[in-house]
Amino acid sequence: MDKNKKNCIAQNQSQEGGGLSRRDLLKGAGLTGAALIAASSGAAIAQTPSLQAAPSRIPVAEAFETLTSAESAALDAFASRIIPSDDGTPGAREARAVHFIDRGLTGAMAASRDQYAVGLAALDSLAVERGGVAFSFLSAAEQDAIIEAMTQNAITAYPMLNAGFFNTVRTHTIEGTFSDPYYGGNRDFVGWALLGYPGVRIASSADDVSQGSALAPSRQSAYDMPAYTKDPVAGVQPEGVSHGH
Amino acid sequence: MATEMPRTDVVVIGLGAVGGVAVLPLVNAGLNVIGLEAGGWMGTRDFAPDEIRNNIRDWPQAVPKAKNEIPTSRANINFEAVQGGGHPMMNGVGGTSLHYWAQSWRLNPWDFKTVSETTRRYGANRIPEDSTVEDWPFAYEDLEPYYDRVEYALGVSGNAGNIQGTLHAGGNQFEGPRSRAYPMPGLRSSGFTDMMGDAARTLGWQPFQGPAAINSEVYGDRPGCFYHGFCDRGGCHVAAKSSTAVTTIPEALKSGRLKVVTHARVLKIVNNADGRVTGVEYLSGNQVMFQPADAVLLASHTYENSRLLLLSRSKEFPEGLANNSGQVGQHYLSHHQGAPVIALFPKNLNNWYGLPAQGVAIDEWADDNFDHGDLDFIGGGNLWAHTDRKPISAAKMSTFDLVPNWGAKWKAFISENADRTNASYIQKTTLPYRGNYLDLDPLVKDRLGLPVIRITAEYRQNELGIAAFTQDRMEEWYRAAGAVQIIRAPLGTAMGTSTHAYGGTRMGDDPSTNVTDRYGFAHESPNLGILGASVMGTSGSRNPTLTAQALAWRTAEHLVANWESIAG
Repeated sequence: MDKNKKNCIAQNQSQEGGGLSRRDLLKGAGLTGAALIAASSGAAIAQTPSLQAAPSRIPVAEAFETLTSAESAALDAFASRIIPSDDGTPGAREARAVHFIDRGLTGAMAASRDQYAVGLAALDSLAVERGGVAFSFLSAAEQDAIIEAMTQNAITAYPMLNAGFFNTVRTHTIEGTFSDPYYGGNRDFVGWALLGYPGVRIASSADDVSQGSALAPSRQSAYDMPAYTKDPVAGVQPEGVSHGH
Repeated sequence: MATEMPRTDVVVIGLGAVGGVAVLPLVNAGLNVIGLEAGGWMGTRDFAPDEIRNNIRDWPQAVPKAKNEIPTSRANINFEAVQGGGHPMMNGVGGTSLHYWAQSWRLNPWDFKTVSETTRRYGANRIPEDSTVEDWPFAYEDLEPYYDRVEYALGVSGNAGNIQGTLHAGGNQFEGPRSRAYPMPGLRSSGFTDMMGDAARTLGWQPFQGPAAINSEVYGDRPGCFYHGFCDRGGCHVAAKSSTAVTTIPEALKSGRLKVVTHARVLKIVNNADGRVTGVEYLSGNQVMFQPADAVLLASHTYENSRLLLLSRSKEFPEGLANNSGQVGQHYLSHHQGAPVIALFPKNLNNWYGLPAQGVAIDEWADDNFDHGDLDFIGGGNLWAHTDRKPISAAKMSTFDLVPNWGAKWKAFISENADRTNASYIQKTTLPYRGNYLDLDPLVKDRLGLPVIRITAEYRQNELGIAAFTQDRMEEWYRAAGAVQIIRAPLGTAMGTSTHAYGGTRMGDDPSTNVTDRYGFAHESPNLGILGASVMGTSGSRNPTLTAQALAWRTAEHLVANWESIAG
């Protein structure tokens, strides 16, 4: 599920005067349970108006490498409650933390893939039991109540929805929001801006770190710096090779 | 059947912080040396300011060998040992000296004489009953010339506190006498470390800039530090960090007598019927090689040193090489670096740049620098307040129990406070004890089917006493600097894995309690030298690397000076 979808839906609803909720629409279509979960992402896309608010230089919708559409929708909603954006400033959704996690799960974080599959499916099942819709379609308050119960290990019907799973998602959401943008999250440096981190630099002076000074953000990935690209540099022998071994 | 390589004088297992130092005096004496290194070469372009790769995903240190040999750990024999975390050892030319913080301390004289000095000042009953601690077989003064050699060969920055008995303000007033000043002045202070230094002086303490194997100015053909940070788990992007990969190893290569064999995974040290070692068996790709040599220097890492000895079984050494005494793996300790104090300040500290070695130290509460007459422990801790902050770790900051750790309130909290927190680094005296040891794990194997090392070790009352005492001192310091919230992390008891791991092949004159003699050669196998913190019997309250490097230089020089009797 792309990051703007829920905002767009919210806009849509407020334009309609808030009379008809997303949940009502889906219920009206006669969908329940698993069929509802399966349909919800696709239905949401059909309802979504054009995404004119999105910055044009980065594609908003991007393929997930391992997460299914239902998993990505649930995870995006989950991450958005850990670092929400309803205060009007960017959070995990705007940072595209789910894209970071998706990419990580195909490689360095692959050991967590099963935990995500089991946990996210359970999250949707629980949401359907409680509210008749997938987790991403619950209200923020309902989502928060489930997450809070997870942190207390209090969801006895779904033991996989525990503090361990919460911690995994929290850790990866933090990494996806505040990592170097090279890894797919921290889009437009929104995470670093949230912390007031002025960004990676090649050097810092004594004045840069004096008390009270405030640096302008560098807005650079480490891999935007010529020193760290892996492009072969013409005429420069890679180190190590020059030792002849 | 192993492929036999041409014979050489000395084979060094591991070209890291200590093996990378030892090769230089060997080739300078005209010996031919082959260095077997499990990792490869890395260069400055491999060391990006990337928190995910360096800190979260354990690169560059987590290369395949170490990553698949992570030790198991348990507090004591009542628990099952489990594997967890990363391996503190790194494979690569330069080894852990590529990615360490590079704090380069000499031990204080007391650390060499813990038993006799404690007995003299407080009585023998002050040595914890269950401890196996011994005095080192020599004194600080005996190691001083080697500290000096290594500081100049690598390039160490620091402000001397004691030159030939004369005290100098701005350095450590408690250090042993050094023959001359550091080759470079200490690293730059920062706004934050200045603030902490001022606060320490209001308490009557004497803060100083700690020593680091990082250039504070141009040294030889390498530049001074750029202070951009990211070297707490990464290599230096401008080679200002004095790892052996950019100092002693390239210097030794110039002689033409050092051959570096990368991606060589050592399987076994081979011995003959006399108990002398004859060479090293290693895996290169999928091919087994045998490198014969007149002497072998084992320089892998504390965990791997014991492991390789225990794996090198033979008719002469059925329980592992040089282990007929049963001492390999004993007297293990991992440095008590836990139990930090975490502070919250009411203003931004501007701590986003700089490096962990760029810190301000307090040594008043370390070693025996204060009176222990009324205390229930011996030793102490070095307090360290340092700069360096990165965004992911900043977001994971303590919430000081003020907000939940997720959601809107938490987001607002980290947004306001990410640059307002600081966590101390307190390194504490740790003693060896009966019941704390390394052995081979009976169940967990690496990819080759060889058992990994198992750590069985827990802190005892002495360590817990030091932790509580030094946390008090640290809290005083933070409060004096204006901290408004303080959290103390719990002390914990299981030692677990650590980059600061000691023992397993302890050095000492008594072969019934020590694996190596006073020069680092195995009592039971005289042409096998062992390098690294695995020979150290006490930790001190400061980083081990410089001491391990000074010992390595000393062992190499001893081999050169006694070549005929040791290797002939």
